[in-house]
Amino acid sequence: MVVNEPIKQNDVLPSEHLDSVVIRFAGDSGDGMQLTGGQFTNASAVAGNDLSTFPDFPAEIRAPVGTTFGVSSFQIHFGQKKILTAGDELDVLVAMNPAALMVEKSSLKKGGLIILDTGSFSDRNIKRAGFDTNPLNDTSLEGFRLLKIDISGLTMECVKEFGLGKKDSLRCKNLWTLGLVYWMYGRSRKETTDWLEKKFMKVPNIASANVAALNAGHAFGETAEISGDISKYNVPAAKVDPGTYRNISGAEAIAWGLIVGAQKCNLKIFFGSYPITPASPLLHILSNLKSLSVTTFQAEDEIAAICSAIGASYAGSLGITSSSGPGIALKGEAIGLAISTELPLIIVNSQRAGPSTGLPTKTEQSDLFQAVYGRNADAPLVVLATKSPGDCFRVSIEAVRLAVKFMTPVMLLTDGYLSNSTEPWQIPDLDKIKEFPVNHISNPEGFHPFFRDKETLARNWAIPGTPGLEHRIGGIEKSYDSGHISYDADNHQKMTDARIGKIKGISEFIPLQEFEEGDEKDELVVIGWGSTFGPINRAVFNSRNKGYSVAQIHLTYISPFPKNLGDILRSFKYILVPEMNAGQLVSILRAEYLVPAIGLNKVEGKPFKISEIEEAIKARMKG
Amino acid sequence: MNVQPEKLKANDFASDQEVRWCPGCGDYAILKALQRTMPDLGVKKEEVVFVSGIGCAARFPYYMSTFGFHTIHGRAPAFATGIKIANPDLDVWVVGGDGDMLSIGGNHLIHVLRRNVNLQLLIFNNEIYGLTKGQYSPTSRIGTRSPSTPSGSLESPISAVQLALGAGARFIARSLDTDQKHLPMVFSRAHKHTGTSLVEIFQNCIVYNDGVFDGFTAKDVSAEKQIKLEDGKPLIYGKDRNKGLIIKKNSLELTSVELGEKYTESDLLVHNEKDRTLANLLASMDSPDLPVAVGVIYCDPIETYDQLISDQEKQANEDKPNLKINDIINSGYTWKV
Ligand code: SF4
Repeated sequence: MVVNEPIKQNDVLPSEHLDSVVIRFAGDSGDGMQLTGGQFTNASAVAGNDLSTFPDFPAEIRAPVGTTFGVSSFQIHFGQKKILTAGDELDVLVAMNPAALMVEKSSLKKGGLIILDTGSFSDRNIKRAGFDTNPLNDTSLEGFRLLKIDISGLTMECVKEFGLGKKDSLRCKNLWTLGLVYWMYGRSRKETTDWLEKKFMKVPNIASANVAALNAGHAFGETAEISGDISKYNVPAAKVDPGTYRNISGAEAIAWGLIVGAQKCNLKIFFGSYPITPASPLLHILSNLKSLSVTTFQAEDEIAAICSAIGASYAGSLGITSSSGPGIALKGEAIGLAISTELPLIIVNSQRAGPSTGLPTKTEQSDLFQAVYGRNADAPLVVLATKSPGDCFRVSIEAVRLAVKFMTPVMLLTDGYLSNSTEPWQIPDLDKIKEFPVNHISNPEGFHPFFRDKETLARNWAIPGTPGLEHRIGGIEKSYDSGHISYDADNHQKMTDARIGKIKGISEFIPLQEFEEGDEKDELVVIGWGSTFGPINRAVFNSRNKGYSVAQIHLTYISPFPKNLGDILRSFKYILVPEMNAGQLVSILRAEYLVPAIGLNKVEGKPFKISEIEEAIKARMKG
Repeated sequence: MNVQPEKLKANDFASDQEVRWCPGCGDYAILKALQRTMPDLGVKKEEVVFVSGIGCAARFPYYMSTFGFHTIHGRAPAFATGIKIANPDLDVWVVGGDGDMLSIGGNHLIHVLRRNVNLQLLIFNNEIYGLTKGQYSPTSRIGTRSPSTPSGSLESPISAVQLALGAGARFIARSLDTDQKHLPMVFSRAHKHTGTSLVEIFQNCIVYNDGVFDGFTAKDVSAEKQIKLEDGKPLIYGKDRNKGLIIKKNSLELTSVELGEKYTESDLLVHNEKDRTLANLLASMDSPDLPVAVGVIYCDPIETYDQLISDQEKQANEDKPNLKINDIINSGYTWKV
């Protein structure tokens, strides 16, 4: 089962101190890798580490066993410093089968550790994964440290007493592996044990078998003879602000943020949606929160989803719809109606790689043009972007505030990576979040539906059921002065200006752009939006430490931009815009401010590596 | 002191907007009939919402003095669903033409019917696209010559009523723009029904498809070519009320017989609004020797979608009373630093 080299008792080994570690659990879709990663995440959070995770699963629900396209993996980066990304390179790869090794080995850093289940390295599996010869016997894994264990066999052995069949017994091998990794990093098994007992309450022998596997893996680490270069590691707790914390995924943060936002303005939520990857988790989460004044409606298609939400807003609720790029495309005409009738509406776009069906489970941020420009005619709306799972909470509340204050649709951009990944999040005191109550008007005197607030240019929100306010609205152009249908050309100019002016004017009601790192005195600014925040921030931080004069700004507000953004950008010699698209924000910035911004672009379905951005900074400043 | 509000009149439901349909358009008659019906429905003006898509018929909301939402092509049922779920106290009416409801909006029509949202849905069927200047529509008969089908259209027309039955509609009726007695009766019945009430109205487009329904609506033929359905009454028609419908021998089809020596009234089928099979047979009568069925073809109420949604929400509140978002956010693993 084990080992290449001299044998030592590991309990006499000193535990090695590490700043941070990146582990990826990889296996077949059916191997329970997401669950394993999720449990390790909780255990690391409980141990006080800061962390960031990246679940990566195949597009096929049940891909054939043992194939490379059926590999499901979960990456976690944890440590004692502030962790902003799921990590560039792996320190540890857990490969449950040859296909996982095939797919993931290129992400491993030189000298990294591979823990693999030799029990799954049958000739058939090796061939199926695309290896010509058994990688355990040739030189292809030279330069890595290998921990070869017959995890399958050991798992079968340790769950024997519970009388499960072969299939169910083997299913426990992820817990065995988790037990071993828990031992390596000194994680507590208690939470996972409790969780297993609860999850399998109705099938106690399965619960016991899984717990036994977890303990057996842990005991293996404690007692077995393991090669000299594997030992216990100590990753101390991170220094973070005092408070109560939890792990939060982007999808949860959006759902909860929307609910808190709706409560702060005293509206009921109507959420109309249609299933689409990777946006569906939001529908699922909200569907479970009906008792919090949330109505969810799974519509017959994307168009009906948004139309029902607009109908609900018209009737006085907060209408919300959610989708991913292809679905947002279908909603385009209805968004135009919400802009024309000036109704509050929130459109959440969990972006994915495209065009068309593209790579549904892979992440990208290539719907920025669609968000800002993607409608017929001059149809401005508010565009906000979230930068991390926890940030989704804050930005969702802001989306609600702007939608109701300015009577406008708000496009909230997140992405597949943000929706699914998690990070520790300090639970906020909800009472400290400002209220922004909505008043549906009721006074018929001098009423017309397009009467605007002088300051915000928002129109009246008069809802059906209010005596004396009966009126008709629609997509035909409306008279500025009466709200009635108007085909008058001058009036159309005035209304177009009013709609654009209203959105532009929002820049007076949002915070000024601030720096994440550095300031105007630096030479180069890296500007980003969305989930690239983590790698950009770390790359800028590292570059500054190396003496480069680099600053960072990261946008939440993309339409409108903060009013000081132009001045900030013009003060820099170099402007670098990393994006997971072919260059969208960079084009908008160049068009808007006539600045010489340069893009750093990639669309590989994966977040940026810190090193890629550092390289680009270096190259620019040498340039 | 309790002052009884004065009963509203038809005129009270007319908006101040100039009506812009072509002179002689059947839509005028429908508007008039509905404005005349509204005061008798016992609803408050501010609780009524007319929702429409795009097309000539879809201008309807502008002419009613109630709340109105003129939306986008084909999607009115989806907007109306959101409105009704958000505020079930509203009295929601959806208005659209055959292109709006049966072509671009066909999907939404199917699903609003299947869900049984409590609203009225009026299809003004003129078998043509009027607003876009006369192209054939999904209800146009085969061979219809139009700007886009100069050699005649090739497709079989869709039947709104049969489609609705297939989609699981619980109230289906038909009427005619010009029949100012029948139309208000059908509107009242549609309004009284709890659930989605579909009303197909044969409407004459005087500009692009004039007289397309003359075969059964013209004064001289209407009594012979229409059968006005009444629940529990025999299926009888004709100027002299001397014709009726029976099931054909050895076949599940309706046939028309003459009353006299061979058949008497007691041989005729009796209309039963809850009989789906009969509804199907009545809806599919389209041969020259059979009349066109008008009136309430099918009516068999069940729970409405909006009611079921609020029941579920009530249940959720009972299951987790006093649940706060704060509890959710603080649930699961939390740790203190
Ligand atoms: S085009 Fe036809 S349906 Fe449209 S308003 Fe004119 S007559 Fe009526």
